[in-house]
Amino acid sequence: MNEKKQKIGSAKGRSEKIKPNDESIAQSDKLFQNGKNVKNAFAEESAAGESASEKMAPGIADNGKPAAPGAGKTFAGGKKKDVKKPSRLTDTNTPFAFATMLPSLIGVMIFFIIPFIIIIWYSFLDNPISRDFVFLKNYGTLLENYSFKMAARNTLILSAVAVPLAVILSLGLAGLLDSKIPCKSLFRTLFLCPMMVPVASIVLIWQVMFHYHGTINDWLGAWFEAQPVDWMKSSKCLIVVMLLFLWKNLGYNMILFLSALSNIPKDLLEVAELEGAGAFYRLVHIKLRYLSPTILFVTILSLINSFKLFREVYLLTGDYPYEDLYLLQHFMNNTFKSLDYQKLSAAAMLMAIIMVIIIGGLFIFENKFGEDVEE
Amino acid sequence: MTTVKKSPRRTGGGRRLFLKITTVIMTIFAAAAALIFVTPTLLTITNSFMSQTEINANYGMVFGTGSDSRTFISERINLKFIPDIVTAQQYITAFIKAPDYLLKFWNSVILTVPIVIFQTAVAVFASYGFARLKGRLKEIVFFLYIVLMLMPYQVTLVPNYLVADKLGILNTRWSIILPGIFSPYAVFLLTKAMKRIPSTYFEAAMLDGAGEFRIFTEICFPMVRSAVFSVLILVFIDYWNMVEQPLIMLSDESMHPLSIFLSKINSGDTGLAFAVATVYMAPSLLMFLYGEEYLVEGIAYSGGIKG
Repeated sequence: MNEKKQKIGSAKGRSEKIKPNDESIAQSDKLFQNGKNVKNAFAEESAAGESASEKMAPGIADNGKPAAPGAGKTFAGGKKKDVKKPSRLTDTNTPFAFATMLPSLIGVMIFFIIPFIIIIWYSFLDNPISRDFVFLKNYGTLLENYSFKMAARNTLILSAVAVPLAVILSLGLAGLLDSKIPCKSLFRTLFLCPMMVPVASIVLIWQVMFHYHGTINDWLGAWFEAQPVDWMKSSKCLIVVMLLFLWKNLGYNMILFLSALSNIPKDLLEVAELEGAGAFYRLVHIKLRYLSPTILFVTILSLINSFKLFREVYLLTGDYPYEDLYLLQHFMNNTFKSLDYQKLSAAAMLMAIIMVIIIGGLFIFENKFGEDVEE
Repeated sequence: MTTVKKSPRRTGGGRRLFLKITTVIMTIFAAAAALIFVTPTLLTITNSFMSQTEINANYGMVFGTGSDSRTFISERINLKFIPDIVTAQQYITAFIKAPDYLLKFWNSVILTVPIVIFQTAVAVFASYGFARLKGRLKEIVFFLYIVLMLMPYQVTLVPNYLVADKLGILNTRWSIILPGIFSPYAVFLLTKAMKRIPSTYFEAAMLDGAGEFRIFTEICFPMVRSAVFSVLILVFIDYWNMVEQPLIMLSDESMHPLSIFLSKINSGDTGLAFAVATVYMAPSLLMFLYGEEYLVEGIAYSGGIKG
């Protein structure tokens, strides 16, 4: 913090040094007079300003941040000094701005960052009591654990299928709404509304539809004379969960794509059309290029959501799902029950690393693909 | 652009016909998709007006009321859109005779509302800081927030659990509410909204002698108000829907929210469950009806991590 302030101070000093050199003496005299006037005006205003900052201080102090009153003071003091400095207007690193971040920063530190560092430490320890440093042993045991391997495999399979489908289908929906069909806003509403429906509410009807004697089997039997499938209690349950996932997530992704589509410069598309580019060419070489950051984002988002698929699986099948649907979250839940911190920390660390690698990889890929489209 | 092959131009009339046909096909596609999207929700709502006998007759197979010899169980499952007899019986039971469900509903409310309000409040302040501050340190912190936001529950729940354990708030609602309040999602969204305020606004206000707190309350806040609404909605759905956190943090099942409880219904209460499921989706659906524009805007804000 102190270093920062010094830096800011020196930056101000520099800008002061430069500015007077640029101006003639007469002008600076005028400025000085103006400055006096401004100063007088500020003397009146500062009363109001200080009362405002006083008002602010208790508001923040309520959150239990001892730094807040001090910040308020330095802010008020800084303002008087600042009157002479033109750089005050563009300097945004104010104590107030720091103070606003404090509640969030402290909370994130306490609930996420610090415990996460402890967890990294735990993952290298033998057990919480003796605290022997064993380095990678926990990771080794974890990777040999049968249920962890199964959970990891199932989760990856589910994500590998769900994510591309979620991206492509939502892009398709966005394309539909971007074309010249009637009742667009109605369609948008209808596509978006599953997002607002809690999964738990919809699970009942899902169970009715996908039961062995259920509606879907009836329809499939009537139309394709297909043999009934026991959706929930076979490897087909993957499809059921996938459908629920797509049903819920396509709307959100679609909105992301729609807003990205509307940001593509219209004149570019018109020129391309005049030049004789076909619809396909325009799609691949213009639209997809411009959409690539959004495609990246939707992919990451769907990936994260596919890691949350446990929710759907749990609500549909309860604590003990069909083996193909035993996901990482199931594994974590069971490990929480036995409170094996070493296993938990190692698993959390592994997953964090994998997520960072996947997301980083997607970023690099997108940078290569979309580099010539700079907005 | 010059290398583009000239595609054969259709003549005026033919082209128009072609466009018309494509539009019709697309509309049919969209309508079919919309039907699929809406049906499950609609079915849940309409079925909540069925009597328990009718539910048993239609869906008895699924929820295994077969052992109950008094009720007639059909061989097949008949999915029905409109019940034969429309009755509000299930709702009356849910609200008056079976307080269990209402209690769980209240559990959901008491977990979700504080998180929604305080996460947004904390984020409104923090986003101001993130939008105004400059420098490498801020960039790093903001990047850290994004990484945190992208981490799945399997990762974040472990540190949360550790802290809750150390603070002694495990198996209380605080173990869910406190990490929820400081979840970086709302900060991320609101920072994007704050950054869109042109810096000239701040400069003009400062020239006019406004203190920074006044600038925050009277310029920034009104300008991001719609973003705040969208964040409220988005955070609400996220936590209204929660399953993972209570399962891990609350070993006492009487504190579990409705989402978990609904999946554990007794087979005899199927009709009741439909009614409760409808009640459960009502708050978020109402929010959607009133705030669809905000929601859409909020989602659009979330797009583009780099921007």
